Amino acid sequence: MDWMKILSAVLIVAMLVFLWPRAAQMMRESRKGSQSEWLNVILILVVVVGFVALLMHFVRG
Amino acid sequence: MALQNSTVIGRGESLLATNKLIRNTYLMLSMTLVFSAVMAGVSMAMHLPPMVSLIAMFGSMGLIWFVLPRTAQSSMGLVTVFAITGLMGLGLGPTINYYLHLQGGDQIVLTALGGTGAIFLGLSAYALISRRDFSFMGGFLMIGMVVVLLAMVGNLFFHLPALSMALSAAVILLMSGFILYDTGRMIHGGVDNYLVMTVSLYLSIFNIFVSLLNILGASRD
Repeated sequence: MDWMKILSAVLIVAMLVFLWPRAAQMMRESRKGSQSEWLNVILILVVVVGFVALLMHFVRG
Repeated sequence: MALQNSTVIGRGESLLATNKLIRNTYLMLSMTLVFSAVMAGVSMAMHLPPMVSLIAMFGSMGLIWFVLPRTAQSSMGLVTVFAITGLMGLGLGPTINYYLHLQGGDQIVLTALGGTGAIFLGLSAYALISRRDFSFMGGFLMIGMVVVLLAMVGNLFFHLPALSMALSAAVILLMSGFILYDTGRMIHGGVDNYLVMTVSLYLSIFNIFVSLLNILGASRD
């Protein structure tokens, strides 16, 4: 099974190689969000976390 | 007056183009999700080995990186998108089979499926109704992806269950962010190709589903 791990690692590293130039470009070109915009996103993500916690509770029975 | 009229007409055309992009994207996304589910069903029925998942991932990533950018503006783009989502569905079969064989596995899979649908629909509805611009998240999301991928490489060899759970949680949050970001891009004109948007949203849904399976499977244990 080790070669599957190695192949998976190769796939992830290839993703990183392809992702990096785009990540760097987006870091340079993305506009800066205001504090209220970030707070809004954090609030949405907290709701997602709460929902996932609810699903975990549901599955545990 | 003429300038005002042309501005109004321009805005009207822009709104029509945005609505067409959103409609085409969601129509294509629903078709590819159904196709992907059928391919996953075929893969499950044939009891394909886990190696197939890896080969399918290599195939689909190759199509996304090398073929989609060249075909996205032509009718071949449709074939490419179905090939990508079909391969990913095929690769998902062994993973779903693994969870189905756990105790209470059917509940895990169904909950992950319903949870993924609820997260996607909730976030998309929020972004579409609020019409907020989430373009400021782009850099943060990409750097987050790079960090998560690096940690995934490490965890392939160290096998830390807590790190695996943390990575799945991080992927769900990142993909939720990508859904907001991509939907915002459709509304605010950051992208004009519905095939590219379809693949982008499909990848977010796919990753949320797989991560939810991992989290729910681990929490069941």
